[in-house]
Amino acid sequence: MSETKPQKPGPAPGDRAAIGITFGNSNSSIAVTVDDKAEVVANEDGDRQIPTILSYIDGEEYYGQQAKAFLVRNPKNTIAYFRDFLGKDFKSIDPTHNHASVHPQDVDGTVAFTVKDKAGEDDEPSTLPVSEVSTRYIRRLVTAASEYLGKKVTSAVITVPTNFTDKQKAALVAAANAADLEVLQLISEPVAAVLAYDARPEAEIKDKIVVVAELGGTRSDVAVVASRGGLYTILATAHDYEFAGAALDKILIDHFAKEFMKRHPGADPRENARSLAKLKLESEATKKALSIGNNASFSIESLSEGIDFASTINRLRYETIARNVLEGFNRLVESVVKKAGLDVLDVDEVILSGGTSHTPRIATNLGSIFPSSTTILAPATILTAINPSELLARGAALQASLIQEYEAEDIDQSIHAAVTTVPHITNAIGVVSVSESGDEVFVPVVLPDTAVPARRTVYVAAPKAGGDVLVKIAEGNTHIKVTKPEPKQAAKPNGNSKAAKVEDADDSDADESDFSEDEEDEEEKREKVWNIGATLAEAAIRGVKKGGKVEVTINVGADLGVTITTREVGAKGGVRGVL
Amino acid sequence: MAATLVSLPALPERWAAEKDFKSVGKLTKDSATQRTIEPVGPHFLAHARRARHKRTFSEDDRIQAQERAKKVEEDNDSEISEPEDPMMLQREAKDWKGQDHYKVLGLSKYRYKATEDQIKRAHRKKVLKHHPDKKAAAGRTEDDNFFKCIQKATEVLLDPVKRRQFDSVDSEADVEPPTKKQLVKGNFYKLWGSVFKAEARFSKTKPVPLFGDNKSTKEEVENFYNFFYNFDSWRSFEYLDEDVPDDNENRDQKRHMERKNTNARKKKKAEDNARLRKLLDDCSAADERIKRFRQEANAAKNKKRLEKEAAEKKAAEDAAAKKEADEKAAKEAEEKAKVDREANKKAKEAAKNAVKKNKRVLRGSVKDANYFVTGDAPASTIEAVLGDIDLVQAKIDPDEIAALSAKLTGLKVADEIKGVWTDEVKRLVGAGKLKGDEIKALKS
Repeated sequence: MSETKPQKPGPAPGDRAAIGITFGNSNSSIAVTVDDKAEVVANEDGDRQIPTILSYIDGEEYYGQQAKAFLVRNPKNTIAYFRDFLGKDFKSIDPTHNHASVHPQDVDGTVAFTVKDKAGEDDEPSTLPVSEVSTRYIRRLVTAASEYLGKKVTSAVITVPTNFTDKQKAALVAAANAADLEVLQLISEPVAAVLAYDARPEAEIKDKIVVVAELGGTRSDVAVVASRGGLYTILATAHDYEFAGAALDKILIDHFAKEFMKRHPGADPRENARSLAKLKLESEATKKALSIGNNASFSIESLSEGIDFASTINRLRYETIARNVLEGFNRLVESVVKKAGLDVLDVDEVILSGGTSHTPRIATNLGSIFPSSTTILAPATILTAINPSELLARGAALQASLIQEYEAEDIDQSIHAAVTTVPHITNAIGVVSVSESGDEVFVPVVLPDTAVPARRTVYVAAPKAGGDVLVKIAEGNTHIKVTKPEPKQAAKPNGNSKAAKVEDADDSDADESDFSEDEEDEEEKREKVWNIGATLAEAAIRGVKKGGKVEVTINVGADLGVTITTREVGAKGGVRGVL
Repeated sequence: MAATLVSLPALPERWAAEKDFKSVGKLTKDSATQRTIEPVGPHFLAHARRARHKRTFSEDDRIQAQERAKKVEEDNDSEISEPEDPMMLQREAKDWKGQDHYKVLGLSKYRYKATEDQIKRAHRKKVLKHHPDKKAAAGRTEDDNFFKCIQKATEVLLDPVKRRQFDSVDSEADVEPPTKKQLVKGNFYKLWGSVFKAEARFSKTKPVPLFGDNKSTKEEVENFYNFFYNFDSWRSFEYLDEDVPDDNENRDQKRHMERKNTNARKKKKAEDNARLRKLLDDCSAADERIKRFRQEANAAKNKKRLEKEAAEKKAAEDAAAKKEADEKAAKEAEEKAKVDREANKKAKEAAKNAVKKNKRVLRGSVKDANYFVTGDAPASTIEAVLGDIDLVQAKIDPDEIAALSAKLTGLKVADEIKGVWTDEVKRLVGAGKLKGDEIKALKS
């Protein structure tokens, strides 16, 4: 980013008023940070999710929910779903979703929209490039935020999808600058969502693998993020334009259109543009209602040929007719986990973000593909989940509050590739310990995909009797062990007697086996097992007290040099060695 | 992994290493992948800080801890962190009007920006330090002069009306306009910007437009100057009033003093307005932006004028060119006509010559034919033949003469010549141009 933006100098850090903006294809949000707590701000209409739509009537500009309503009455002067066109050539855009609003046009290869944005009867309609449309829209967002804060918003952190090209980023920065907004930083959407969760006061920074499923109105983006000591690394991403909110709307549209035709044989309301727009609006509302309640009504006045239409639908029915789409999300998420070279067992958290994530079925479906140890962070599964529609804006606002006190140049230097690109270790580094049954067990200290330099500390118990102990540091990795169900016989896989001294990888699973003993598991059992790899170092701690603990700190330097410090907890000195 | 379930293995016997540490393996380049971490979140900031300053974890921890510790200290101490001027401590409380209340409370870096809370806290700190009872304990009795100064300063600063009066004359908060020497170094906008930032504190209307920099738009700059030329100031000068005697004995004296004070205030206010105006004049005179905007405006105006002139010039040139072209055309036509005339003349002459020549041929032919007689031709015959020839010649046009002469040239035999002549005569008679009786000699 730093090399693509010719940004004009922004205000001095002291004069900044910074917010977080999510500039989405369907909806946008603005958030501010007050006392380290990010809060999504409602605009003057009271909306926190502001539709990314601009509409012009008699020279008056409308945006957000008001503009969205004009999709029915004034589609020819309403611009919607334009974010993804920013910085793109006309030949590479997908205008599907613009069917019911102003159609994008090819102006010298770039994308533009023609609307009548002036009041006069004889004024020519103007052709606005998509950058100008974005600037106008961002200006409205900034105005709304300024009104809320009571002072002029000068700077913002904006979220972008992970597949935004440098050209698109540059176009977005330029559009924001044209709206008198300094862009402090562009951050990728999945990371903004992780940040929003990690910034909660109760959250502790753990090493974890997070899948961020961002299910939006027109596109779904899924990313696997390794969160290591609060540093985030994206391991894999996938983008899908089929399984998104619009696909669910489409199912409801078709459902109710058919029902309407059943009652009133005649014209298909989907054939008429205005009826279709009405259907779409109401379907979206019904979809949202079904995310909250078990039943939702659907009613449109004068749907087609002046006939009013009212109906209801329950959640079960909805989930049945939408099954294909809902299951598509599962496949999408699974494919990304695979792409990252991981297994569902490696995933510690799934964060659902974006408006479509409110759908309860998606969360429960995802719960079924991940093991029970994986937390699915969605309103349907966890009561304390953050509103998925607000995650991104919150993350952006938090980032804005973190960096607003830095000079723009400082920020640029910090996000430079020289700082952000670092080696990530492939294998875990850990301590070899023994379980109660005498098997060797790998206690990971530094997990795979941890960015170096890294420093981790672990506390391992010494043998109950105390005395001299061996601290053996080794590399390790995981494999997925599949245990076939052994009918009738609930015996533990009894490999542990011989395993005591053998460093065979397959044996180190014995400590887990007592879990599975009594379970009547019809399916095969899959579990994650650590293999002990090459030994890196050995150290001795002498004279550990009874019931004592040993602290092991592993410090991996940027040059992959490893420093190991180990000592008995509470004791002085200790052993220190460098590899 | 629960650390309770597992424990470290006991040290095998005969395990020994120098300093109890044995390095076995090493991380190689193969054991790492280059990836990009997302530049987001507090922990990334820490990472960036470490990476850019090349600090290790422990160094960074220590520096951060120090910085945090210092901050706490500053928070407690910031208001009275200023050293106290020993001269100030010697001040007489009677002379409170001359004292710098902010300095007394240790708030001289905040001045008009100091909040009420800051003033209260500063006051409390100073009281704790300078309370006369404490001084008495130290053996210095009756030394409450500076304490009174503190009380007075707090009284003034916590009363909004009095504070405004003091702020109005608080010259310490003024920023002197930059000298030419300073401006030579080039930070024009920064220097003047701070001057007007200080002036802005007197403004009744907020927010006050900023001076800006050389990238400010014309609108911003105009807005700034308009604002300051129409500056609505709350500055007043009661604070500098001379003391009005408080006795009832001399009412005239009292009124006189009050009048004097009022006049003095008015005068000072007028002076202050004039001062600000001068400041603005000086500043705008040196402001490159204004010059630039003027040049741009001129350029725009000039552009119009130049365009008009260019259009006029072009029209004139076009007309001249057209005239020239017309003249040229006329001249050419004339010359052409002349050439034509001459050519005509020449042609005519040539034709005449040809006719003459042909006529000579005709005459020569009959002479060659010896006038169609054998032996010496009698004069009458010659005359008759020549008369006929002349007649024929007169009747036919030059082309026919030429044709006839062509037929006759080369003929030497008299009969043939005569035949040609008689044929010609016949033709002419047949054509009705000649009457048979007119011809005397050339009848066949």
